[in-house]
Amino acid sequence: MLDETDRRIVNALQGGFPVVDRPFAAVGREIGLDEQDLIERLSRMVGEGILSRFGPLFDAEAMGGGLTLAAMRVPADRFDAVADIVNEFPEVAHNYARDHDLNMWFVVATDRPERVPEVLREIERLTHIKVYDMPKEEEYFLNLRLEA
Amino acid sequence: MTTHGSTDGSSRVDAIDRRIISAVQGGLPLVSRPYDAVAEEVGISAVELRHRLTRMHDEGIIRRIGAVPNHYALGYRANGMSVWDVDDAMVGVLGAQVGALDFVSHCYRRPRHLPAWPYNLFAMVHGRSRDELTEQLSEIERLLGKACRQHDVLFSTKILKKTGLRIAA
Repeated sequence: MLDETDRRIVNALQGGFPVVDRPFAAVGREIGLDEQDLIERLSRMVGEGILSRFGPLFDAEAMGGGLTLAAMRVPADRFDAVADIVNEFPEVAHNYARDHDLNMWFVVATDRPERVPEVLREIERLTHIKVYDMPKEEEYFLNLRLEA
Repeated sequence: MTTHGSTDGSSRVDAIDRRIISAVQGGLPLVSRPYDAVAEEVGISAVELRHRLTRMHDEGIIRRIGAVPNHYALGYRANGMSVWDVDDAMVGVLGAQVGALDFVSHCYRRPRHLPAWPYNLFAMVHGRSRDELTEQLSEIERLLGKACRQHDVLFSTKILKKTGLRIAA
């Protein structure tokens, strides 16, 4: 459970963590907590899974890599076998079953942009199922803050 | 022609950057001097580490540094991928407005695949309940108005894989 102080931390710290010698002390001064208290609360929230992690969030494309979202229409009786084939690729970062005619959605992230179509073609070849490639064409204001 | 990332294909991170990314992508050490600890692990000075992190942040390679909350653990139980078939002439202006809504985390324009997939605007929506999510979808529908021909919302029924975006050192 989150108390008021935890909420304040989560709401204040979803970005802008400073790159300075003692960043927790610096942030603590701004939100009225001492360094150790802040560190202990963050450790507890990471441990309890309230925070997936605490640190930098990287942009695979800005690093020079490739990224896409892809979808497939997988027959129910082959779903698990196809999921195994797709998940076997280290380039597949996330894969979700979704309640739609297109029922398998996965993110492909690669070191080189040219590798993305290679992975998609390989998945088509191994599964004999069409892969719908849906790369992002434009990104609108990314709202990464989440109210706790 | 679709692209999958940077068009020049060149990497903007060098070998030391990659070691840094590998060391911190799972999280910073929660200690008084986290950057000193990472610098030691990577084998560079703390000054160089902070300089490189600042540079990667300025270049957009690091989107932000801070707490990455788990939606579900914060009480957002209804998380849906809403998809909208929006007039191409309007999608840029309207997409920006949808993306700015506080219950929308990610908002992208993506290609249609007709006739199987008519939707070109994707917005991830997060509600504390299905009722709240329904209200949020109505708000987007009102905002898009006549420019939207049809929409749908897809819920995840199972996580089949979730390793995050990991790069090797």
